[in-house]
Amino acid sequence: MNSLQDTWVYLSATPLFHLTMTLVAFQVANFAFEKAGRNPLLNPVLGAVLLLVAMLLITQTDYATYFEGAQFVHFLLGPATVALAVPLYRQWHQVRRSAWAITASVLAGSLTAILTAIATAWIMGGSLPILASLAPKSVTAPVAMAIAEELDGLPSLTAVLVIVTGIFGAMFGPSVLNLIGVRDWRARGLAMGTASHGIGTARALQTNETAGAFSGLAMGLNALATALLLPIIWGVLVGLLSI
Amino acid sequence: MTTSKVTSFFFVRLRDFMLAYLTLILVCQLAGELVVGALALPVPGPVLGMLLLFMILMLLGKIPERLDQTANGLLQSMSLLFVPAGTGVMLHFKLLGEALLPLSLALVFSTLATIVVTARLMQWLGKEPVDE
Repeated sequence: MNSLQDTWVYLSATPLFHLTMTLVAFQVANFAFEKAGRNPLLNPVLGAVLLLVAMLLITQTDYATYFEGAQFVHFLLGPATVALAVPLYRQWHQVRRSAWAITASVLAGSLTAILTAIATAWIMGGSLPILASLAPKSVTAPVAMAIAEELDGLPSLTAVLVIVTGIFGAMFGPSVLNLIGVRDWRARGLAMGTASHGIGTARALQTNETAGAFSGLAMGLNALATALLLPIIWGVLVGLLSI
Repeated sequence: MTTSKVTSFFFVRLRDFMLAYLTLILVCQLAGELVVGALALPVPGPVLGMLLLFMILMLLGKIPERLDQTANGLLQSMSLLFVPAGTGVMLHFKLLGEALLPLSLALVFSTLATIVVTARLMQWLGKEPVDE
C-alpha cells in the first residue's frame, strides 16, 4: 500500500503524468464529441479543458506544475502553424485568383473584430485595461499578447480570452455560416480563421481542406492587420474618450 | 559497412524519412523566430515559418509525399494543441468573474459579427470557385 502511494507521489511529479492526462482528457472529450454527432456544445477543446481544470482543482495542483508536462503538447503549436503551408500550397490556385477579395474580406473582418469588441465592452462598463485585453481577442495568442502589452492591457488575461474566442467560434461558427447561407468553403474558412485564429482553423480543417487552407491564411493575415491597425485605433479611441 | 556506405545510407535514405520533414518544419519555424526577433516584426515566428515553407514548396513545385504525411499528422491533431493554453483559464477565475458581463457579451457579439462580415464580403467579392 505504501509503495503504491510512493509510486503515485513519484508519478504525479513527473512531466509524464500531466502530459498523459492532457491526452487522455482530449481523447475522452473527442469521443463524446464524435458520439454526439459532432454536437458543437461538446467541443473537444472545451471538454478537455473543463476535465483538466476539474482534475487540477480536485488534486490541488497548480497550473505551473501541470504545464511542466503539458508544455510538450503546447510546443507543437509552432510546427503545426508552419505545416499550414501544405494545405495553403495545395489551394494556391484558388487563393491567387481571389487575392483582392481575400485581403478586403480579412481586413473588414479584422476591423469588425476590433471595433465591436471594444464598443460592446465599453457600453457594458468595462474598464480600460479590460478593453485593451479584449481588443486583440481574435488574433493568434502570441501576437494578441504582444498587442495587449503595448496597449497596457493584461497579456495573460488576453491569452485566456483568445482561447475562449477560438473555442466559441469553433463551436458556433459553422452553424452561423449555415444560418446565413454561406456555402462557399473559401468564405467559410476565411471567416473562421479571421474570427477564431488557430482553433477555428483546426475546426475548419476537420470539415474541408479548402476551408482549412483559407482559414490558416486568414489567421496569418488577421494577425498582421490587427498588429498594425489596433495600436492606431486604440490611440484615437482613448484620445476621444478622454476628451 | 564501410564509411561511404554508412554516409550514403543516411543521406539517401533519410530523404524518405518523416523525421527529415519534421526537421525541415522546425528549421522553418526557427528561421521565422530568428527573423521576427532580429527585425522586430509584428507577426509571430511560426507564421513567418509557414511563409518560408510555402516558398520552399513553390520552388519545389510539388508537395513531397512524406512532407504531406508529416504535415497531416500535425494538423489532424491541431485542436489538442490548444488544450494546455486553454487550461490556463484557471489562473484568471477571479478577474473573469469581476468583468464577466462586458467580457462575455463583447466576446460573443464580436466573434459572431466578425464571422458574418468576413464570410458575406468574401462571398460577394470572390469569383466563382474552381472545380469544387
